[in-house]
Formats: sequence, C-alpha cells, structure tokens
Amino acid sequence: MKALSHLGLTLAASALALSAPAMAQDLVVTNAKLVIGDGSAPIEGGVVIVDDGKVVFAGKPTPGQTFSTDVLVDAGGAWVTPGIFATVTTLGLADVSAVDESNDITAGETPFSAALDAATAINPTSQHILVHKAAGITRATTSMLPAGSIFAGQGAIIDLDGDARPVMQARAFQMINLGEGGADRAGGSRSAAHALLRAALREAQALAGKPGIPETTEIGKDDEVLLSRFDAEALVPVVTGKQKLYVAADRMADIRAVLALKAEYPKLDLVLVGATEGWLVADEIAAAGVPVIANGLIDLPETFEQLGATQSNVGRLAKAGVKVAVNAATMQDPRRLQQVAGNLVALTKMPGATGLSWDQAFAAISSVPAEISGMGGKAGVLKPGALGDVVIWTDDPLEVGSVPSTVFIGGVKQDLTNHQTRLRDRYLDLDESNRPKAYDW
Amino acid sequence: MFADTKRRSRGAGVILTLASALALAACSTSGGGAKPANASDAPEKSDKTFAATKAGDPVFASTYKPFPNVATAIRGATIYDGKGGKIENGVVFMSGGTITSVGGPDTPIPADIAVFDGTGKFVTPGIIDIHSHLGDYPSPGVEAHSDGNEATAPTTPEVWAEHSVWPQDPGFSRAMANGGITALQILPGSANLMGGRSVTLKNVPARTVQGMKFPGAPYGLKMACGENPKRVYGGRGRMPSTRMGNFAVNRETWLAAIDYANEKDPKRDLAKETLVGVLKGEILVHNHCYRADEMALVLDMAKEMGYKVSTFHHAVEAYKIGDLLKENEVCSAIWADWYGFKMESYDGILENAAFLQREGACVVIHSDDQNDIQRLNQEAAKAQAAGKRVGIDISDATVIGWITLNPAKAMGIADKTGSLEVGKMADVVLWNGDPLSVYSRPEKVWIDGALMFDAMNPKTRPVSDFELGQPGEGDVK
Repeated sequence: MKALSHLGLTLAASALALSAPAMAQDLVVTNAKLVIGDGSAPIEGGVVIVDDGKVVFAGKPTPGQTFSTDVLVDAGGAWVTPGIFATVTTLGLADVSAVDESNDITAGETPFSAALDAATAINPTSQHILVHKAAGITRATTSMLPAGSIFAGQGAIIDLDGDARPVMQARAFQMINLGEGGADRAGGSRSAAHALLRAALREAQALAGKPGIPETTEIGKDDEVLLSRFDAEALVPVVTGKQKLYVAADRMADIRAVLALKAEYPKLDLVLVGATEGWLVADEIAAAGVPVIANGLIDLPETFEQLGATQSNVGRLAKAGVKVAVNAATMQDPRRLQQVAGNLVALTKMPGATGLSWDQAFAAISSVPAEISGMGGKAGVLKPGALGDVVIWTDDPLEVGSVPSTVFIGGVKQDLTNHQTRLRDRYLDLDESNRPKAYDW
Repeated sequence: MFADTKRRSRGAGVILTLASALALAACSTSGGGAKPANASDAPEKSDKTFAATKAGDPVFASTYKPFPNVATAIRGATIYDGKGGKIENGVVFMSGGTITSVGGPDTPIPADIAVFDGTGKFVTPGIIDIHSHLGDYPSPGVEAHSDGNEATAPTTPEVWAEHSVWPQDPGFSRAMANGGITALQILPGSANLMGGRSVTLKNVPARTVQGMKFPGAPYGLKMACGENPKRVYGGRGRMPSTRMGNFAVNRETWLAAIDYANEKDPKRDLAKETLVGVLKGEILVHNHCYRADEMALVLDMAKEMGYKVSTFHHAVEAYKIGDLLKENEVCSAIWADWYGFKMESYDGILENAAFLQREGACVVIHSDDQNDIQRLNQEAAKAQAAGKRVGIDISDATVIGWITLNPAKAMGIADKTGSLEVGKMADVVLWNGDPLSVYSRPEKVWIDGALMFDAMNPKTRPVSDFELGQPGEGDVK
C-alpha cells in the first residue's frame, strides 16, 4: 500500500474518490497558474489532482477538504498545463532523416501504400521522442509521408514516455495528399490523384464487410503498384467512416474538392491538413464541419498552391467557426508548436492581421488537436477523466525559451534526460586538464 | 468539340497579339531615328583590340541609393544599441540617412522633425541575416527558380550569387516586415566545396539586384565542409566522395590559386580571381561546417594556405571548441534549435550560443531559411534562455548583438551598420514590444533613414511583381 502524506489543502469533495490500486503514483500539483487547455483562461492558485494516471480534479480548490497523496508538487505559481498534443508529426519514425537506414518516414520503393501502418515502425526511445518530451509534448499523432502514392498509410497516436508501449492507437487515421504533391505521385496531375482516390474508395466499398477476399484489381502503372488489394482493404475503415481520413490540401480549389468528396462518400470522416489558403474558403469549411490542422506561420507562396499564404490563416479559420489546430508538419521540429502558437497571439496586436487569444492559441496545440485526432477529453486537457499529462513550465509556455521544468505523462514523472542534455552537461566547461571529455559522463 | 473551340479562340488571340505588336513596331520606327541593322554594318576598325575590364575593377556595381527620408526621432523607447548597450527611455535621432544621435531622454532633437512616441516599445539596429538564399532559392520554390547551387563541379569559385538573385522574391518583404531584416548576405548553396561568391544586400524592394547591393560590402566566398559535397559528387562517382577527398580537392585548388596569385601577368581566370581575393583578405570566407573536428581541420588548412575564415556557418558543434574559435577569432553562425536532421547535426544542442559566449567567442544567429529569417529575434531569445537555464546569464543587449553587430562584423560591414552609432546608416527597427519576446513584432523599419515598412499603414507593405493579381495580394502576411 502506498504511503500517504497529508496535505492541508482545501479541495472539492469530488476529488476524493480514491479507491482503486494505483497504476501510477497519485499526484497533486498545487499553487499553479493552471491552464486547462480547453480555451478557458488560466486559473491562479489552481490545483491538479491525478489518480491512477488520470485527472480527477483540476481547478480552483474549494475550502474544507484535505487530500492524501504520494507526490505533492508545489508549483510556486508557475504555469501548469496539459501536455502539448503535436499533430501530424513523424516522431519515432527516424533517428536522422538524412540517414536512409534510420529513416522509416517514407517508403518510395514498396508496392504498398494505404496498407502501410506507422505503428509497426515506431521507436519509442528515438532521441526525437525524448527531446520532444523534454519540450512538453506528451502525445502526438505520427505518420509516414506519401512517397510512392497519394496514400501515406495509416498513422498512429503515440505517447512520448519512452516506454515499451508507445502506441496508444494504431491505424488512427489514413493520410493522403490531394495537392501538388499528390498530383505528382499519382502520375502528374490532380486529376490522376482524384481518379486514384475514387478508384481506391470504390474498391474499398466493394470490400466492405468482406475483408480478406481478393476481389480487388490491382491498380498499377508500368511496374509500379499504386494500389494493391491490401491497400484497398486498408481503406475499408476509411470509406465506412470508422477511420479518419486526413487530406493534405493547400489551394482553395483543392480544399473545395476535398469538401465535395462528402457528397460522393458521405461516411468519410474528413480532416484537412495544411490548408494554407483555407482562410479564403473559411465559411465553406465551417459549414462542412470539417476540422483543420492548419499551417501556422507559412506566409510565402512557396508553391503555386500557396499563393494566398498568410500567418492570419489560423486566426481567420477560427473566427469563421472552424475547429482549427496547429500543424506540426511544416515546422523545423514539432517542439516549435509553442513558439508558433505564441506568434499567433502576437498577431492580435497587428492591424489587419487575425490571430488567436492566448487561451485559444494554447488550445490549438493541446485540446483541439487531441479532439481532431479522436482523443477529445482524454488528452491535451486537464479535466476529470483525462490522462494525467501535466507539465510545469519555467515561464509562459508560449514564450520563446520557456521549457518544462517537470513533465508527468499518465501521472508518472518523466526523466527528461536525452542525448542533448547529456552533451550540454559534458560541455558545461571545456576543462580537459585531468582527462579528456570522453570521461565526462 | 470543346477542344476545337479552345484551339480556335487561342488562334484568334495570337492573330490579335501579332496585330498589336505590329502597331507598336510601327510607332517605334516612326518615332525614333535608329538605322535598321543590315549586313553592311561592319565594324569600323578591324584592328581593334578587345579587352574586358581588369580583374578587381568594379563590375555589377551597386546602384543602391537610399530612398527619401525625413529627419526622424524616436523618443521614450528602450534602446538596444547592438554593441551591448541598453538605454531606457532613450532617443534615437536620424537625419540625412544616418544616425545623428543616440542617448537618454535628454538627448536634444530639433523641433521641426517627425517624432515617434516609443513608450513601451523597443528600438534595435536593423536585423542582419548572415546566411540567406532569398532570391537564389526564391518563392515559389519551383525547379525553374532553383539557382542556388552550381552543382556541376566540386569547386566553382567563379560563380557569383548575385547573378542568381531574383529581386522579386516575396521572401525579401516578409523578412523586413516580420523580422526587421535590413541587410542580408545571399550565399551560394553547399553542394560544392567552394560554392562561389556571396553578395550582401540592403533589404529594399528593387528592380535589379544592383539596386539592392550593399554599397562597399566586401564579397564573401562560400565554402562547405562535410556531408554535402561528398554526397553530391561521390554520388556521381567522382571526387570528392569522402571527407579526405574534400580536403584534398580544397588544398589542390588553393595551391593552384597561390601559383596564380604569384604570376606577374596572369590571364584572367574568374575562379582564381575569387580565391586570390581571399588570399589578399579582400573576400571573406564563410564556411558551412557543422562538426567541431572538421572546423579545426579547416582552420589548419587556412593556416597552411594563408587565408582566414571569417565565419563557420551551421556550426552546430561549435560549443565543443569555443576556446579554439575564440583563439582564431572566427565567428560561429548558428541556429538556436536545428538538430538531428543529418548526421553532422546530431550533436546540436540549445546551449550552443551560450557556451560560445561563455568562451568569449563570436556568436551570430543565422537563418538559412525563408521562414526563420522572419524571426531571428526569437531564435536569439531561445538560445539566450537555454544558456540562462544552465547559469550562463547573457544580457538582452548582448543577445541583440548576435543578430546585429556580430553579423555585420563577420560580413565586413560593421563600419556602416549593425549598431546605433552616430554616423552609421540609419537602419533601425521599432518593435511593438520586447524584441526577445514571442509577442513582439516590428512596427516600423527604416533603412538608411527611409521608412520602408510601417505596420500601421498598409500602403507601406511591399508587394512584389510576382504577387500582383494573386490571391492575398497586399495582405498582412
């Protein structure tokens, strides 16, 4: 039985339901500048209580109750938030992206496409996972990128605790590209990408309810297979609406073409990714009820499908009523999510620009991406029943240079050591007077 | 049928275009007195001697002229002067395109000039990016625009980045409006051991690259260590395919350049002219080099050949040899947080800049990126914060120097810009808050005293030719 320490805290009675044996240590964080993550304002003097790995209370304590806990953390007024939820990452799929042998992000040589399953390749102790955990990201969606086809394959939802089970949900979504990239991979035209998608979905419909029966015709060109029967089978959950379909598209016209897919395939559970010109059709996206994982700071016409790029994209989409999360895919690294969110707040001071309030901006990298990914109420938020991912920050979490001082994932305090912190410690000085640096460890 | 109609209408269009072209031609011939060219137009003298200008004579000269300015003062702001100084409630006064005075609240300013209230705001020198490919890899980043690497031979010191710069790259205006960038160095890419000459630009909209060239800025030579040259040429089955091959090709090339430099009356050779410029100290070496051990080897090669390295770019491992870099007076141009994307970036750490500063070595924060150039201030702030967490407390005023005076020094333009000092170019940014905060943005940007960007006035937002008539033209971006 765990050792209980009493704490003269004043808490709501509802927070006291402590009976099941602890999977994780119980945890109470007090004296927090508490961010729930759902777009509400921070709460001064907030408290978070985690029991058995899940949040049982987060908010302003009410007088009159005491609480027993294994771990008591006095945040000393620091910012305390849910873990960041990074969406559309490749975390765990490469050690060094330029080193082919270590890179499982793309598979241009395989005959498979939609059937690819990122979950089978994830390395939970990849330095990128460990570094991003130290940056306050506790959960992420991770996906391969399209290489030989418009289909990237099936992405997973992962945790970043570095343990033996990184995958929370395998095959959480299928991702396709219906922009310039998809056109290129389908044979050179957007028309080719749309024809391939429709052919694939039709095959999947034919297979619905009959998995494993080899009815589908292989779609190929020359020696290349664009869609095997295994791929078609993998699309059955997409066409039946059981698996989300993330569609990368940037140009206004491409976004409209994505929204129009619902007319042909009403069960598709669509999510737009990128949507650089989304602000030009914000009302149409809102009316369709399709959430967007949008590029945050892309403001250059880097391609012809991004001519309308502006940093106000996310703000304008949000203003139109679109559920919008910040896309990690176009950043140098997902650990810049906080910086991008902070920049979206900075826009609110710029005449003519549309940004997000601080509260909205934090939600756009925590609860909103979690909701879009199907983890609503479970991740990216500190509400009863949510996973106990609690991060204590050195400063305002959206400010550049702010990092977590402590990270809990599922109520378990994380070791934030990684290759970078070890190098940092080794080179805190350059003293080699006694022995070479190789002995500094 | 649809196709037929299309073809017909296109045909009609062609006829119309021809007709109008003819009309134009008629106008110009009737209006001008030019003689039509014909076969009888032979050269007047057949014994004429042909000669280009001499090596070292100015060519592709800067035509940059400061835009009109009015005498302007900013009062009440917190000033970072770029050379480590901070003035609360300060005054910056610029007139005639140069800084006239910088000081505290009592600094006198004339009564009849434009005065901006900087209360609650901050002033810095114009931000300088030492490593950019804007114009050479412009947006849109299509193959037809890919002009940054003459990747056809391992050494191409004969190419000049300015001959690739497309002044219409929308990236220039974003860098100014969002990042306060007033000067930047455009470098050739890193496919080659010797990529060619760099060019330093004032960040003003211009029709020609000559109209952007920073007057009097020295050229740079872009060199590259490590993975890129050996990958590009090794992949083609030719030298260099290894790091030792990189050094061998470099050394052979330098030896040939030294021979050339010693010739009495050498035949002009564009490649060797660049290298001789380096040997003479007129052209500054900017060496892409990630790994500490490789930087040390380059420093030895520079000693062997008798040249100096100005700056190691992408010096991800510089923190391992801060003492050596300090001793050799070499700057490190670095990112705050790029790491782990290639083998030679695997040891990247957030504390790189702070550890270099601790050793007294020169730190420059660079972008190498059309997006990060818009936020060099934030990158510097990240690097500062990482140092603070391990007990290396670097003042805000010093950190601003990482993106102002230090790059200016490394680019050889510190006598003209990079700090707010009397007589220097009035390259100035007024920030709407602390420039080391994510929540701040440039409110106004002056270049040589001319107000080139004002967030409060949409008409001061440059729109490149490429963006005219396109979705989002003139948007805040």
